[in-house]
Formats: sequence, C-alpha cells, structure tokens
Amino acid sequence: MTFPRLELTGITKAYPGVVANSEVSLTVLPGQTHAVLGENGAGKSTLMKIIYGAIKPDAGQMRFNGQPVHIRNPKEARALGISMVFQHFNLFDTITVAENVWLGLDKSLSLDQVSERISSKARQYGLDIDPSRPVHTLGVGEMQRVEIIRALLTQPQLLILDEPTSVLTPQAVEKLFVVLQQLAAEGCSILYISHKLHEIRALCKACTVLRGGKVTGVCNPAEESNASLSRLMIGAEPPQLKHAVREPGAARLTVRNLRLTREDQFGVDLGGINLEVRAGEVLGIAGVSGNGQRELLYALSGEDRRAPQGSICMGEVDVSAQDPAARRALGLHFVPEERLGRGAVPTLSLAHNLLLTRTEAIAWRGFAGGWLQLAQLRAQAQRIIERFGVKANGPDAAARSLSGGNLQKFIVGREIDAKPALFIVSQPTWGVDVGASAQIRGAILALRDAGCAVLVVSEELDELFEICDRLQVIAHGKLSPSVAAGQATVAQMGEWMSGLWEAQA
Amino acid sequence: MIKLQVRAQPSGFWTLASPLLALLITVLLGVVLFSLLGKDPVRALQMFFWEPIKSPYALGELVVKATPLLLIALGLAVCFRSNVWNIGAEGQYIIGAVCASGVALLGDKDTGSWIVMAVVLAGVLGGMVWAGITALLRDRFHANEILVSLMMVYVAVQVLGFLVYGPWKDPQGYNFPQTKNFDAVTRIPRLMDGSRMTIGVLFALLGVGTVWVFLFRTRAGFAQQVGGLAPAAARYAGFSARQALWTALLVSGGMAGLAGALEVAGPIGQLTPYVPAGYGFAAIIVAYVGRLHPVGLVFSSLLMSMFYIGGELAQSRLGLPKSLTGVFQGLLLFSLLACDTLVNYRLVRQAQAATGGSR
Repeated sequence: MTFPRLELTGITKAYPGVVANSEVSLTVLPGQTHAVLGENGAGKSTLMKIIYGAIKPDAGQMRFNGQPVHIRNPKEARALGISMVFQHFNLFDTITVAENVWLGLDKSLSLDQVSERISSKARQYGLDIDPSRPVHTLGVGEMQRVEIIRALLTQPQLLILDEPTSVLTPQAVEKLFVVLQQLAAEGCSILYISHKLHEIRALCKACTVLRGGKVTGVCNPAEESNASLSRLMIGAEPPQLKHAVREPGAARLTVRNLRLTREDQFGVDLGGINLEVRAGEVLGIAGVSGNGQRELLYALSGEDRRAPQGSICMGEVDVSAQDPAARRALGLHFVPEERLGRGAVPTLSLAHNLLLTRTEAIAWRGFAGGWLQLAQLRAQAQRIIERFGVKANGPDAAARSLSGGNLQKFIVGREIDAKPALFIVSQPTWGVDVGASAQIRGAILALRDAGCAVLVVSEELDELFEICDRLQVIAHGKLSPSVAAGQATVAQMGEWMSGLWEAQA
Repeated sequence: MIKLQVRAQPSGFWTLASPLLALLITVLLGVVLFSLLGKDPVRALQMFFWEPIKSPYALGELVVKATPLLLIALGLAVCFRSNVWNIGAEGQYIIGAVCASGVALLGDKDTGSWIVMAVVLAGVLGGMVWAGITALLRDRFHANEILVSLMMVYVAVQVLGFLVYGPWKDPQGYNFPQTKNFDAVTRIPRLMDGSRMTIGVLFALLGVGTVWVFLFRTRAGFAQQVGGLAPAAARYAGFSARQALWTALLVSGGMAGLAGALEVAGPIGQLTPYVPAGYGFAAIIVAYVGRLHPVGLVFSSLLMSMFYIGGELAQSRLGLPKSLTGVFQGLLLFSLLACDTLVNYRLVRQAQAATGGSR
C-alpha cells in the first residue's frame, strides 16, 4: 500500500504570548499539490518551518512516507527530500547566484558544475537567470527564481512554496504552474502556500485552511467559492472596494522622455519614459521586477537626481533636480518597496521614523533643522497606529519589531496621513495579509477619491486591476502606452511585460 | 551549535548596564592578571580605583585628565553615530595644540586677556582644518576616512616635531625640543586655587549639553544619525550624506582641536613633543564605553582617566609597567564589545532546540 507522503498530527507550537500552531493536522499524498491557505499570522509559516526542521514543535507527530520522522534541521529535511522556497529569500547579496546555490549544497560539485546545472534547470523550466550575476543586482522576482531553482536542484519529493507567484508575470505564473504540474506528475508532492484564491483553485486539489493557528477547514478548493474560502480563512468576506468613476483633474506628475543610464552595472537604463498622473486617478505600472521600476522610482522620488532638466514636472514645477525633501514640500509622498532600511530605520522607534518624511512635530525650523517636540511626535505616531490599525507595542516600538505587514501599514499610513497631492507607492501589499491588503488598497482609493494623484508600481496584476484607472507596463526600461484598466486583459498585460507592445501598436 | 540571533527589541536595562558588567569583567580579569604577575591584586586595584578619588586634589587630577578625553569623545560620538569613522582624533588634537601654541607664542606681558579666546579658537580651527582634509578627500575622491584620518595623525606628529625641533624651539631652553613657556596671560584660567582644573571643564560640560541637544532634540542631529543607521533611509528622506560627512568630521575635529588647545595652554603650558598622550585614541574607547551618549561619556571619560592615573601609580609604586593602562583599556573595550553583542543578539543553542523536535 502507499503511505501519504507527509502526515502531520496534533502539531502544536506556542511562543510566549501566542500559540502559532494548535493541534494542526495535515495530510499530503504523493504527487498531490496541497494548498495551505491563511492570513499572515495564521501560522502557515511556522507550520512550514516545522516541516522543514527549522523550528521544533512543542507537541505532535510527523510521518514522512509512512515513517515517523524527527527532522532536527533543514539539512536533514533536504536529505529526506523536502525542499522549501521561502517567502523571504535566504541569499547572500555580495556573491553570485551560482555561489549562493553552491553554498547550500554538499560541496560534491564544483562551482562550474553547479553553474551548469542551474543553467540547465533554468532552461528546462523556462526560468531565465544568469548564474554569474551577483545577487544584490537582482530584483525580487529574479531572486525568487534563484530560490526555486535551488530547491529543484535537490530533486525533492516534497516541495514547499511560500507565496511563490507574487513576483511573476501571468505568463511566468502559467509556466511555473506547468513546472509544478510536471513535478506533481513525476510524483513530487507540493505544499503551496498562498492567499490568491484563484491560483489555489487552478493548481490544487486539496486545501488546508488555517486561522489563528488552528485548522478551520480541509476542502477541495475547486469546489469552493472565493467567498466560502474567505470565510474559512478570515472568518468573514473581505470588504468589497468601491471604485467610483471619476473624471480626473489636472496633471500632477508629468514625465517627459526620461532617459537615465544605470547607476549600477546590473541595473536597467531608462529609455525615454513618458507618463502623466492626474489628480483623482490611479495609474498603475505593471511589470516583472528588474525592468526599470527601481530606477524609475529613484528618479521620481528624488533619490536619484540625475534626470535631465524638464523631464520630471510636478504640476508646472520642474523637479528634475530637486531633492526628496523639496519634492515632499510640493506634496509628493512616496512609499518605497524596501520597508526596513529605506522606508524605515530598523532600530529607531516608530515615532522617530515619522521624522523621515514628516515635519509637523518640528518647531523653530530655522536652527539646526528644528527642535523635535517628542510628546507631539509620539502622539502623531499613536494617531497613525490607531487610524491604520497597526499592531505595534506603541509609538516607541522599534520598527524592526513589527511584522512586515504591520510595518507596511505604518509606512503607508505615515505617507497617506500627510495628505499628499501626489502619492507614489511601490509594491503596496507585498507580503501583507488579505485583511491588511484590502485596508491599504481601500486607503489608496480613498486618497484618489479625495483628489490625490496616485501612481502604483506593483508586480501583482490582480492588485493593479483592482485599484487602477489606467495601466502602463514597464519592460526593459521602457514604458508601454497607457490603457484603461477596464479595457486591459491579463493576456495583453502579460505580453506587454515581455516588451511586445510595439508590435501591436 | 551555538548561533547568534538578533533580538527584535534589545532590553533597555542591559543597554545601560552592559558597560558596568564590562567594567566588572575587566576588574576580574585585572585581578587574575595581577595575581599572575605576583602582585597583590587588592593593592593594585586600589591604585586604579581608590587612589584617584581619595582626596579633593586627586579628584581634581582625575578631572584634568578626563576633560580632554570627554571633549574628544563627544565629537567622536557625533562622528560614529553618523557612520563616519574618524580614527584620527589624535592628529586633530595635535594640530589643535599646535595652532593654539602658535597664537599663545604671539602674546607677551602687555597682551590683553582676550588672547585666551584667540588661543582656544585657533585650536578649534586647527582641528577642524585637519579633519576637513579627511572630509575633503572622502567627499571628492571617496578616499577611506579611516585610513586617511589615521595617517593624518602621523603627519600631525611630524608637523609638531618640525616646529618644536626647529623654528619654535625656545632659545633659552638648553636645546630641549620645546617652546618657551607661554605667558601667564595666554594660559587657560584655572577654575579654582589649589587644583590644576581649568575652565576647560566648563567647556566640556557645555559640550555635553550641546551634543545631547543636537543629537536628541534637533532634526539636524536626527538626520545625522539616520545616515549612520540606514543610509538608504537617509537618501529616501532626503538627508544629505555629504552634509553629514562634513558635519561629523568638522565637529569631531573641532572638539579634538579644542581639547588640544585647552591642554597645551592649560596644564602643560608649552608645546613639547610629549603633548600627544594618546588621548585621541583613548577617546575612541571612551566613546564606545559611554554608549556614544553624551551623559555616558562623562562617566566613561572619568573611568578612562582613572586608568591613566592608576597606570602611572602602578608603575611608580608597584613597579608594574605603565603599559598596563593600555592593557586595561583594551580589556575594557573587549569585554564591552562582548557584552554588547549579547545585548543585541541572543545565543541560541541550535542542536538542543532541534533534538527537542522529537517530543
């Protein structure tokens, strides 16, 4: 008889103050693609780390191919045939792709052989990557490809994927699904963690739903509706966003023929970007990471001030050479993709992190930049924490003590609270749970309805379709023509992401 | 296997207590060291921790040595918090002393007491210029400020040597390499009779307040530190990295130069090749032991001053080598770094954590 590939019973893991997993049971059959669905904080990651041997459970049994196993560390997990692609990448920035992969292997292969294997796996599954590139030059999407290839290289029997599609083009998602289906057909079991219901329905035949560390349901997602899955997952249906039709106002941001050579040798040259964002509209920029989004946003925010004169205007003002503070004074507020280290200083309190972009709590600006009124600053931080439902230990909590989603809510809140005239946000909901994502998207739409011009750069097409009025696609440092969100299709966007709009135009 | 894991929120108590723990460890290591050397550890520790505070005069001497350390360390705290690694405070101190001496030598009996201000100002400017060279090279040519500032120390020593062996040598000085004694009017006024403390102490205390306000209550000080904590966040906020570099080096250079001026025109009273006493380097340890916090620096500079005095006493009374001072400084910094690591990280015994998984 055949045993289940993986069988968990009664897995419990408690941390001080929070039970991450409570009596969780999970059965994955050979060749089955099994979804694990749940909000951030529902205990999915803890459960996966227990399976992968990175965390020890307080109680519970684990069987692999029918045998009771005690996996003490990820190395033993890999030896058993369990591989994992983490949501947060475990890559060293300063060394190359091949060296990173090589570090995780048992050193029986030379670096050249590893490079060779990476290239062949990459070709086999259509995951385009150059093994000799240093990791710090890769975009998030490319880093994920490295992680997936790294996992595939170990010929796993059970592959765990944590939110793998959020950085892929629709075509690449389809390709990945082909890869996963191929793997499943070869007998590899897959644990697929996601909150994207339609993907789970397309890919998985079984699904375990977690909420608050407990299993709230085991079902076949193909037979469930979005609403019923949402109920299992968050106990309620997510609020529907209201997208009122509005006539946009005057142009708040105009970019004309913005050309920039790359700052770093593996960056992307911007080749004549043209765009316009008007008051009361949301413009979305889609595209796979590493196609010039980073460079464009650096130029728009003022962190990179090499833009040619006249290429970036806010209203009538040419801001091409102005620094971020000057642009902020004109009403530009920007939420960068990197939260820790760019959007917030990890070791400083939330209150002090307000000072990066907010000046309300500063008195006597003339001398030494102004006097900090700490009580006022704390009160301001507290207001933002309450208004945006940030789960944090008060305004004095260090930024790095917050979960990614909560820190994102705080940063987005900090910028939205400033009542911007022009709001630019990159990856607004990357790694943020369903409830918080809906909240952030709702806040962006409210901003638009209040007459703010909004530019959203995201790799999640669903998100862009949900909140944008117009869409443009960035590929190879160039920007496609704009198309109304109502008229755009996923297939067309996907083609444009490969830079194929000129052929159609 | 034991692994270090970052603590999300380091304990506030241990952040403050870790220097005390480090001091305790240093003392214990000192006891071991003295015992191994065959000296009575109690007597030896007395030299370091009791003799320097047992009388008002001794306390005064303690403050005399602590003042330059505190001044230099205040500047370095601003520097290090901005991620600018000025290792050359010693050189800025020397040039400060040289420039102050240059002005002091111009004075004679008929000069007004305004010259003291000029002496002090010359010291500050000298230190700023010397640190400014480092800033300029870093800013224009991306030269590493650690190396440049350190090498500028040796240049400063040569400048000092050239002057005291050459043009500034006292003609009545029996060919000793030193300038003439500065006129009384150019000397930094004493704080009180019966002590060598000068108004430099007031400068240092004023510095403590100013640096505290700058770092923790002004936006410029905040911007300065963000550049050190998270450069990308500083760029995002629009804080200028160049401005932070120049501010850090000019402030720390000026403070070191001020210390040099107060020292040469204060307790020393003439320029000699022995003006560089290593204060500039010791202040690096003072800065870290004091948590780069102005108030903490008051205590750490007093502690370091104890080490200096204790080292001298241990040499004269116990026949121990004077380099013991350096050993103590090193031990203290070393144990502080170890304690700090544990404040910011926790030790995780991975093997044990994993075997528990079978339960």
